Amino acid sequence: MRVSLQRSVTDAAATGQSLEARLEAVARRIRCHTLAAIFHAGSGHPGGALSCADLLACLYGAEMNVWPHGIDDPARDRFVLSKGHAAPALYAAGAEFGFCDARDALALRKLGSKFQGHPHVLDLPFVETSTGSLGQGFSVAMGMALGLKLQRNDARVYAMLGDGELQEGEVWEAAMASAHHTLDNLCILIDYNKLQSDAANDSIMKLEPLAAKWRAFGWAVAEIDGHDMAAILSAFRDAAATTGMPSVIIAHTVKGKGVPVMENVPAWHGSVKMTREQTQEALAALGASTEESKELLDV
Amino acid sequence: MSSPALIGSSGDSLREAFGKALSALADEFPKLVVLDADIAGGTGVHHIRKSHPGRFVQFGIAEQNMMAAAGGMAAVGLLPVVTTFAVFCLRAIEQARLSLCYAKRNAKIVASHPGLDVGPDGGSAQCLEDLAAFRAIPGMTVISPADATETMLATRAILEFDGPVYMRTGRSPAPHVFGEDHSFEIGKGRILRDGGDLTIIACGAEVARALAAAEILAADGIDARVVNMATIKPIDRELVARCARETGAIVTAEDHNIHGGLGGAVAEALAATVPAPIEFVGVADIFGSSGEPEELAYAYEIAAPFIAAAARKVLKRKK
Repeated sequence: MRVSLQRSVTDAAATGQSLEARLEAVARRIRCHTLAAIFHAGSGHPGGALSCADLLACLYGAEMNVWPHGIDDPARDRFVLSKGHAAPALYAAGAEFGFCDARDALALRKLGSKFQGHPHVLDLPFVETSTGSLGQGFSVAMGMALGLKLQRNDARVYAMLGDGELQEGEVWEAAMASAHHTLDNLCILIDYNKLQSDAANDSIMKLEPLAAKWRAFGWAVAEIDGHDMAAILSAFRDAAATTGMPSVIIAHTVKGKGVPVMENVPAWHGSVKMTREQTQEALAALGASTEESKELLDV
Repeated sequence: MSSPALIGSSGDSLREAFGKALSALADEFPKLVVLDADIAGGTGVHHIRKSHPGRFVQFGIAEQNMMAAAGGMAAVGLLPVVTTFAVFCLRAIEQARLSLCYAKRNAKIVASHPGLDVGPDGGSAQCLEDLAAFRAIPGMTVISPADATETMLATRAILEFDGPVYMRTGRSPAPHVFGEDHSFEIGKGRILRDGGDLTIIACGAEVARALAAAEILAADGIDARVVNMATIKPIDRELVARCARETGAIVTAEDHNIHGGLGGAVAEALAATVPAPIEFVGVADIFGSSGEPEELAYAYEIAAPFIAAAARKVLKRKK
C-alpha cells in the first residue's frame, strides 16, 4: 500500500468516511472547479475534463507519492496529463491537494496566468511536462520511467491518455518501446469516454478491440469502470504489483460525467463558451451548494 | 563469403568523429545516455554501444517516440543525446519543439546524413531543410561543424552546454580544415582566412569549399575573407557586422536549401546591423538526387567554383 493511500485512510477514518466516499467528494469538487474555470475563461474543453475527474482524484488522493512540499524530490511519483486539453481538471486536482492556489487556477487560459489552456512545466511546478500535442505525453512519461529505471530510482510514472489520442501513431511507438524495456514502473490510464472532438471514436477511427491491442503489445491490461473509486484503487494496486511489463488501465468513462446535459454529447468536448446560467445549472447538478457556487463564480 | 564492408563508416567522416568523441566523453559525463533508432552504424554511436553498453538505449525505428522520450529522460536528470539521420529529425520536429524546447530540457539532437553529402541514397534522404526548421524553434541552438576535429570539440561543447541543441554531423569522409590547436565555442564564428574584398561565410561541408574558392579568387587578384560559422543559431551577429563593415560584401555557403538556413541567419544579422550586398550559395529550393557528394556539389552548384562565381557577382553589387 502506498504512503498517500495510508494518509487518506487515516484522514477518512478521522472523518468517519470511507476512502471511496472521501475521493468521491474530491472528484465532485474537481468537477465544480473545472466548470467554473472554463466559465471564467470563456472557452475550454469540459467533456473530457469531467470524464477523468475520478481518476485524477484517486491518483492524487490515494495512489501517488507526491506532495506539494516535495515537488522536486527525485523519489516522487510523476504524473503526465498526455490529454493536455483536460488541463482544467488537472489544475483543479492540483488545487484540491495544495499543489497550486484554487483561486489562481480560476484564471484559466488568461493572459499572464500560469494556468494555460494546456499544461506547461515551466509555469507550474507540479506539471511534470508540457503537453497539448497528443501522443507526446506518453512518450515523455515512458522516457521518465526508463530514465528512473536506469538510475535505479523506484518512483512510479503515470500518464493519462484520451481515447481519441490512441489514433496517434506515436502512442503505439511508445507502447512498443515501454514493453520492450519492461517498464513495470509505468502505468497508463486511458480515459475511454468513447467520444472525441468531432464525434464518436467508432465513426472517426475505430479503436476496438482495444484491450486486445494492448495485450498484443505486451502490456498488463485492466478494464474498469472509471467512475468506480474502489475499482480504480484496485486497478492501481494490481498495476503496482505487476512486474516485467508496463500496465494500462482502460477506464470506461462517460464524457461530461456528473452534468446530465453534457453527458455523452460530443459538442461539450469543446472548446466551448459556457454562460453563467449553464454553469450554475451544471454546478447545481453536481450538488454544489449556493455558497459553493457563489465562491466559484463571483471572483 | 566475408561480411560486407560498411560504406563510409571508416575514415574522417563527421559522424565517426562524433561517435568516437561520445565514447571518449562518456566517463566524464556520467548522466550521458545515447538514444538510437536502429542506425547506430550510420550515426557513429556504434562506438559508445560497444564501449559503454549501459549508456546506449535502443528505441527501434520510431523517431517521434525517441525524441519526446528524451524529454522525459532529461526530466529525471539524465543527459540524453538523440541520434538519427537529419531527415528523420524532421519527422520528429514537433516532438523536439514541445517536449524538448518548450519544456526547456537539457537534451541534444545530433543528426548525421545532412544535405547532398548523403550522396547515393538520393533525394529522399538528403535533408536540405533541417537548419531552417530547427532554427525556427525558440530556445534551440543550431550547430554545423566543418570537419572531424571541430566535431569532436563541438560534441564536448554541447554536452557542457545547458539547453536543447541540434547539431549536424556528416556522412561522407571530409577533408581536414583544422589542426590540433583548433578550439570551439558555441555562438562564435571564426575567420579562417583574412581578406578585404568580400567575406565568404560558410558552415559544414562548405567551409573546405569556401577555402578552395578563396584560392580560385586569389588567382584573379580577389582577396576573399573566409569565416567558419559553425553556430547557425545564435548567429555571431558581431562578426557578421564586422565583416560587412570591413569587406562590404557577403557570400554565404551551405549544404542546405538557400532558404532559411545559414544564408537566412546571416541576411537577418546583416539587415539588422550593417546592410551589405549578399549572395547565397546552397541548393536552390529544389530536392537532391542520387550521385556521389562531389558530383552532386557540381550538379547542384555548391562546389568551390560556384562559390567563387557568387563572389564575383556580389563584388559587382558592392558600392
